[in-house]
Amino acid sequence: MTKLEKNDRLVKLSLLVIALSAISVLAIITVFIFEQGTPIMFRYGLKSFLLGQDWYPSEKSFGLLPMIVGSLMVTLGALLIGVPLGLASAIFLTEFSHRRLTRILKPVIELLAGIPSVVYGFIGLMFLVPFIRNNFGGPGLSVLAASLILGIMILPTVISIAIDSIRAVPDSYREGSIALGATRWQTVRMVVLPAARSGIIAGIILGMGRAIGETMAVIMVAGNAADIPGSILAPVRTLTSNIALEMAYASGEHREALFATGVILFVIIMILNTIANVTSTRQRKK
Amino acid sequence: MSTGRKNIIEVRNLNVYYGKFQALSNINLDIQANRITALIGPSGCGKSTFLRALNRMNDLIEGCRTKGEVLFEGRNIFDPETDLLELRRRVGMVFQRPNPFPLSIADNITYGLRVHGRNEPNFLEEKLYQSLQAVNLWEELKDRLHDNALRLTGEQQQRLCIARLLAVEPEVVLMDEPCSALDPVATARIEDLMYELKRDYTIVIVTHNMQQAARVSDYTGYFLLGDLVEFGETNQIFTSPRDKRTEDYITGRFG
Repeated sequence: MTKLEKNDRLVKLSLLVIALSAISVLAIITVFIFEQGTPIMFRYGLKSFLLGQDWYPSEKSFGLLPMIVGSLMVTLGALLIGVPLGLASAIFLTEFSHRRLTRILKPVIELLAGIPSVVYGFIGLMFLVPFIRNNFGGPGLSVLAASLILGIMILPTVISIAIDSIRAVPDSYREGSIALGATRWQTVRMVVLPAARSGIIAGIILGMGRAIGETMAVIMVAGNAADIPGSILAPVRTLTSNIALEMAYASGEHREALFATGVILFVIIMILNTIANVTSTRQRKK
Repeated sequence: MSTGRKNIIEVRNLNVYYGKFQALSNINLDIQANRITALIGPSGCGKSTFLRALNRMNDLIEGCRTKGEVLFEGRNIFDPETDLLELRRRVGMVFQRPNPFPLSIADNITYGLRVHGRNEPNFLEEKLYQSLQAVNLWEELKDRLHDNALRLTGEQQQRLCIARLLAVEPEVVLMDEPCSALDPVATARIEDLMYELKRDYTIVIVTHNMQQAARVSDYTGYFLLGDLVEFGETNQIFTSPRDKRTEDYITGRFG
């Protein structure tokens, strides 16, 4: 073996160690959460966790259904608000706006992603919550408030991935459509969007992952009552809020139950990420 | 031109600019109905720009300006009152690389009809049959009309793109190097198809391939650096070119 080859081997080996250490952190977290969270789930039965409606940790009642429903509700709400807005912005910025305008607006949208979530929560608490309370009734701290804030927070993800997948649609499709006498909007609706569909869906799922995992902003505007919300104006507690709110003082089985909350969250996010990966690789193959 | 046949397109003093660059200068040219007109010339000579002027596809290019007139059936297409969507339906275009939409074969064919507001299932089905028949694809594809068009071979895709165009009943078919992505056998078959189509349509083809121009066209124009150097019957251009530059090009001394 020459000296150069030895050198290469050394570099390869050290890079391997570094890469593995990054991955092993992920593995340790996974093992730790499951190790801490699953025993209690089997002790009390999976059913009582997933379907139980009462969360009274001091009385050994660990029903997580309100939080599961709560997470799904605010996530769905966030998608109902963020996806149409995000998709419309992406279509405008790629197909209709002047190129110079896009060059200014796209970085601005990406900047939205850099604002700390506590700032979103603060703005929500100061403006959105009173607005909802005064105009629609209820305490203001609500599913609606959380959905609106999350809907805005997922915009950068939805918009930038949608822009990338719309840009990836070959111009030859657009030319072919225009040359047949189609309008720009017909071209977008009937050719460009269907061609970009799987990328757009992957972006939506990543946004969904962001919404379901967001904690701080949600805690600040959601009200956090551990009940299944009766309307969109009622307060709601999500899985992430449940952990963040109680971890500071939890001990014993209460603490284990919060890890169990983490396990459920982990599984939901794994499922979403897998779907996102599968859809985006499918698009690349096409 | 004194052949007495109908000129479907008349180009008068056409100038096209990309920003400050002048891509075409003072082009004057008549295109006769039901004939194949070939445009030849080296890369960057303006022949594709010229073709794209005829259905105003240059409008899509930022910074592209046009002066002069293109009369399509006597009316200037640059007139502000021109119905652009209708113009592009009547003057259709086939591109260099086959560009079927990533939709089913059937949806590709009916696309043009649907964007022009035709949705009657019976009508669409009949057009589907007619158009595929016209490009000799019906027998091959009739059992897989709902397959994705991207799964077809390059030649089938290009035929499909021609069929997609024929479905909207154009009068003129502009072809921008339609065979450059195809092998020689497929090229020959597309050329045969052009021969058949000439009965019902006017064809203008841009080609890099001089043999192709000589084989298929009735008239040939030679472009060089944005000028139309020579235009005339294909026979004459290839056997006794009047301009020295044309002669250099077709004999292979240049280009």
